[in-house]
Amino acid sequence: MDTVVDMAKAIKIQAKDVNVFYGEKQALNNVSIDIEDRSVTAFIGPSGCGKSTFLRCFNRMNDVIPSCRVKGSIMMGDVDVNSPQTDPVLLRARIGMVFQKPNPFPKTIFENVAYGPRIHGLAQSKTELDDMVEDSLKKAGLWGEVADRLADQATGLSGGQQQRLCIARAIAVGPDVLLMDEPCSALDPIATSVIEELISELQQRFTILIVTHSMQQAARVSQKTAYFHLGTLVEYGDTKDVFTLPKNEQTEAYISGKIG
Amino acid sequence: MSDFLSPNLVVFAATIAAAFLSFYLGTGRVRKQAIASQTKSHSLNQYYGFYVSLWVLVPAILLALIWMFAADPMLTSAAKARMLAAYPNLPDSFLNLKMAQLVNIAAGYIKAPDAVMAAQADLLRAAQASADRARSLTLAAVMCIGFFYAFRRVSPELRARVLCEAFLRRLFFLSAVVAILTTIGIVASLLFEAVRFFREVSLFDFFFGTHWSPMTALRPGDAAAADEFVAGSTGSFGMVPVMAGTLLVAVIAMAVAVPIGLFSAIYTSEFASRRVRNIVKPTLEVLAGVPTVVYGFFAALTAAPFFRDLGLFVGLDVSSQSALAAGGVMGIMIIPFISSLSDDVITAVPQSLRDGAYGLGSTRGETIIRVVLPAAFPGLVGAFLLAISRAIGETMIVVMAAGVAANMTINPLESVTTVTVQIVMLLTGDNEFDSVKTLSAFALGMTLFVITLLLNVAALTASRRLGQRYE
Repeated sequence: MDTVVDMAKAIKIQAKDVNVFYGEKQALNNVSIDIEDRSVTAFIGPSGCGKSTFLRCFNRMNDVIPSCRVKGSIMMGDVDVNSPQTDPVLLRARIGMVFQKPNPFPKTIFENVAYGPRIHGLAQSKTELDDMVEDSLKKAGLWGEVADRLADQATGLSGGQQQRLCIARAIAVGPDVLLMDEPCSALDPIATSVIEELISELQQRFTILIVTHSMQQAARVSQKTAYFHLGTLVEYGDTKDVFTLPKNEQTEAYISGKIG
Repeated sequence: MSDFLSPNLVVFAATIAAAFLSFYLGTGRVRKQAIASQTKSHSLNQYYGFYVSLWVLVPAILLALIWMFAADPMLTSAAKARMLAAYPNLPDSFLNLKMAQLVNIAAGYIKAPDAVMAAQADLLRAAQASADRARSLTLAAVMCIGFFYAFRRVSPELRARVLCEAFLRRLFFLSAVVAILTTIGIVASLLFEAVRFFREVSLFDFFFGTHWSPMTALRPGDAAAADEFVAGSTGSFGMVPVMAGTLLVAVIAMAVAVPIGLFSAIYTSEFASRRVRNIVKPTLEVLAGVPTVVYGFFAALTAAPFFRDLGLFVGLDVSSQSALAAGGVMGIMIIPFISSLSDDVITAVPQSLRDGAYGLGSTRGETIIRVVLPAAFPGLVGAFLLAISRAIGETMIVVMAAGVAANMTINPLESVTTVTVQIVMLLTGDNEFDSVKTLSAFALGMTLFVITLLLNVAALTASRRLGQRYE
């Protein structure tokens, strides 16, 4: 039964032969992967295996690093993410990103969420903007906690709240895809479980790619898991298969804690 | 004894030698004792050496300092008493001249004009020699006492390291205290003279008076008294025009420096590659190393005529000593100040904020204007305030390029004067140091000091707020 459902899921992003270089050093080696629509795909692997680098390929965040070069194609629908003709500004409006450390801007809570709609000119009026902010905060599960203090400084929120604010900020632009780079690594267990629940809810609307160091987290939130080692994609499959019946020895060694 | 080996030098060398000797004696003693008693000494051997030489050096230095302040005046007053006996009818001012001559004769710089002076010089020399002998002996005695006290205490149980550390701590504390006391001393002398000024001129007249001409003019109602005063000892002391001129020049300077400095800081911190940044930033900072007097030349000889010619060209009457020239050049002077500080502040904004903005689809410009600059704002304000206080306190450029006439104007094409220019005018040249005119310089200085102090405090507070945010 499960396989039938999985088969029914459309492919959202198709990466083919992605190679990434930092100067002379090759960080990713011929990575090809199909990402399913409206699902959570987890990238796991030891530090320095290239999983974050790969995640940053999807919204061209590697452009920011001067020495970094990306080769290969990443197709999202009919958009070639990596093509020089693709405008990273428009691309990033379709692919939101949440970072390792919560990074709210030193503005008010409202202004943080309104930032994306403002720079992309999404709201025609103040009421529309208000609605967008409220809607995004609700989707990020933060509305109830901040509804009465939208004018407070965002930096005054707790770490977990700040991270959910960053999720709301990303959602407000109206993306299809959310990239999450170890979103819980700076948070305590309670805040982490709140975010994990949120990820499961968001999955119904967004395609989510998440890099995580915690294998339990990957097992809890994701449907698909990709294991990276030294810049290569070692194993990719349904999460429950990867964790219970890994096909590759390296994957097994990693998830059983022998390497890491 | 040759000229080279002056007694002072010999004493100094002997003191240093004694310190070294006591170092070796101290380490030697603790080493022997440790071996003899089969124990490990508390600290490394060298600390015992330091301990002993500190006890030799520090009392000696203190004594030498006290001696320096106490002995010379005593010698001089004794010599003066002798001179008074030798020339009973000489007026005081002549006696002082004679005294200066005497000191030079005794030092061997000039020949004695007559037998009386020669005899007096011999007496002074003898007194100096005996004082030097007494000093050497006392120093030797103090060093010996210090040495034996410390040397006898040296044993493996003595916590020499702790004692040396305690000495260092006190030394550093003392240095800090000296710096603070000097500042307090300077401010106090300024305050003291300012208070004397305000006994003559009311606070209200000074701070709210709109007429400044300390050299010539008379205060209303003083006309009757004018004959009794030497010209120049009365005047009108309203500092408003002077302060207005200062602010005008500072505002022009900031108008030049803030955009150029801030934009170049944005370029170096956000756009330039590492290689370009490594060239551009030091080059900008070279501007900070140009002596202000050179900027003064530039302002007076190049900028001012340029602005005047430009004014003629467009039909404006520009004074040859315009506020525009002085302020513009001063602005150039503080560009590196602003660009360097702003660059540091902007670089301190965490990369994660930029990533967040890019991740939301911001362009580079949007990221800088909407995220980076607002985040850096408190620090930037701090940098600007520091730059303003530099501009207000700057002297050389305005002395050379701004005028001396205290015009009450906000027209940058006219000549204005600044607080610092007026202080220079008032205190250079032949002045008696207790006339109201001279004292007014201290009141101006005090006002300037208070203003720059407040600006600096505000700047520090602003930068500290930025620091806390990204802890």
